[in-house]
Amino acid sequence: MRKLPLRARLATTVGGAAGRVSRLSGRGDGSVIGGVVGLRMEPDLLRLLAVGRQIVLVTGTNGKTTTTRLITAALSVLGMEVASNAFGANMEAGLASALGQARGALFGVLEVDERYLPAMIDVTAPRVVTLLNLSRDQMDRAAEIWLVARRWREALANTPDCQVIANADDPLIAWAAGGAKRVTWVAAGQRWREDSWCCPDCGSHLLRDEIDWRCGECTFARPSTRWVLDEESVIDTRGRVRELSLALPGRANRANAVVALAVADMFGVDMDQALPRLREVTSVAGRYTQLERDGRRLRLLLAKNPAGWLEAFDVLAPAPTPVLLAVNARVPDGKDTSWLWDVDYRLLRGRPVLVAGERRIDLAVRLEADEVEFELTDGVDDAVQRVPPGPLDVIANYTAFQQIRTALGRAE
Amino acid sequence: MTPPRHRAPESAQPAWGEPERASRPGRRRRGPSSLRLVWVYPDLLSTYGDRGNLLVLQRRARLRGLEAEAVVVNADEPVPRSGDIYLLGGGEDLPQILAARRLSADGGLAAAAGSGAVVLAVCAGYQVMGAEFGGADGEPVPGLGILDIRSGRGERRGVGEIVADVDPGLGVPRLTGFENHQGMTRLGPQARPLARVTTGVGNGDGTEGAYAGKVLGTYLHGPVLARNPGLADLLLSWAAGPLTPLAGADEEWARRLREERLAVVPA
Repeated sequence: MRKLPLRARLATTVGGAAGRVSRLSGRGDGSVIGGVVGLRMEPDLLRLLAVGRQIVLVTGTNGKTTTTRLITAALSVLGMEVASNAFGANMEAGLASALGQARGALFGVLEVDERYLPAMIDVTAPRVVTLLNLSRDQMDRAAEIWLVARRWREALANTPDCQVIANADDPLIAWAAGGAKRVTWVAAGQRWREDSWCCPDCGSHLLRDEIDWRCGECTFARPSTRWVLDEESVIDTRGRVRELSLALPGRANRANAVVALAVADMFGVDMDQALPRLREVTSVAGRYTQLERDGRRLRLLLAKNPAGWLEAFDVLAPAPTPVLLAVNARVPDGKDTSWLWDVDYRLLRGRPVLVAGERRIDLAVRLEADEVEFELTDGVDDAVQRVPPGPLDVIANYTAFQQIRTALGRAE
Repeated sequence: MTPPRHRAPESAQPAWGEPERASRPGRRRRGPSSLRLVWVYPDLLSTYGDRGNLLVLQRRARLRGLEAEAVVVNADEPVPRSGDIYLLGGGEDLPQILAARRLSADGGLAAAAGSGAVVLAVCAGYQVMGAEFGGADGEPVPGLGILDIRSGRGERRGVGEIVADVDPGLGVPRLTGFENHQGMTRLGPQARPLARVTTGVGNGDGTEGAYAGKVLGTYLHGPVLARNPGLADLLLSWAAGPLTPLAGADEEWARRLREERLAVVPA
């Protein structure tokens, strides 16, 4: 790799030291502060750190962190170091920190916040951009998703050298990726459809059935796909079918895995080599972690928006396994809790439901309207005492999830 | 290809866009004490949990022994004229413009409002009820002209908790909600402000929302009826006449939510 200019080298050294201090002091996982310090010293740090590397950017509303982890696992087949912001620090400082901490890595697999994708494409000149899905999320601070899609589309149209891997089952993603020169389409599925009833191109109603979609007025339609998620299996570009058999639960993670296989394939990693590596991934930044507490086996699921809750419900152990729901509304969560009403909680009827979090009263009103019986709790420790020994599934949104991890001893 | 329906094929529950006990237009005969709630274009205007307003109305009607049938009308379907309460929600710029165009061509909503039906229109839906509103680039787009209001684009987006005191004539307690919009709305002589803002932006001139007859619009999400059961009861009483009060236990969670929300906002 090309040698970094002195100031950039100094910036990564100082930044790295700040990251170590942050980790040692227990204030964080150190994945942002290093980049913040480094970028202050050298504003062009990320661009310099990305030069000469094979960069993969991963974005979408849900599944960024898990897919980034799965791509990293798949690329490990190559036996070379991979730089990655594995803990989800997905803005410029997090990306700079990840690359700065792995100076010798030829590969960089980086998750990117949806809003920053155009800027990060410009700065890192990625070889591959991965687009997962786009749906309503933290509406009080995020741009409207149609606007996000439009910015992606423009950025990708101006980046002819980059290969896009995109989910053909999400019309907004298909439209955004449609600006790119080279796209590998993946049939990764889309369970949440409430944000894609209109054609992103002309605004008319989309006609949809189980799989296909097309605009009723213009020519916009689902592209034909090269990779397919088919229930429990993946079908690759040559028509080979393999059981995924992941350790990670749920349909959404099977979709993430197929996307990861398509990315790995771009780098010459065969599906049959990559799959065993994907199966070894059991938890991602605390998500899907299983841990023991007073004879209760807790499983932690992160769900930040309606589409994410729908996927989390898909993963729940069958009734009557109890479930704890925890919701906060801090800035990273979105301060508007209206989205709770976009989630269909009737699926939880018939199992013990416990609620916690700073906005648990919002949840209470919501569950009451869906005629779901529930119990108010003071948090995860209280909830554990209220259920019998055995499994307890936990679904929480972002800061509520972090609070629960902290309460349980930051288990990985 | 089958026509688009909100369908959750992998779920044993009733489909998402078609609430339990929902029916398609005209399928069921109405009993004397049944209300027909028409949810207008959830495929275009349902960005901020707007389904909640429907669920709260249904719950509060049923607790009083009123049957409340939900009719879900997508943008490619005709709006029935025989509903008792019509609900419109929030949406992004392009779906809002499309909704205005389709509703105008359809004519069902204006006809129903003209013959005395109750309408609750929220955020983008509120703007659509007026004479015009600001499009994606701020250009004026014609609305339905059901409410005497005109909306345009403000300088900044109003985002956050909002509190407003309701027109005393309506007998509804202080409103609490969450607003997220860039619209500025001016009221004409045929519309009255729904409330006076104490915290937040609302219409942009110190007032919030508007009403005329039984048509009521507001910028408040939350959803607004979940946080303001008094407003839900006002709409129900406009449609069904005087209501009996609910048992304390049935009001408990909403009361606690109101208390908590009003307490976090500086007076």
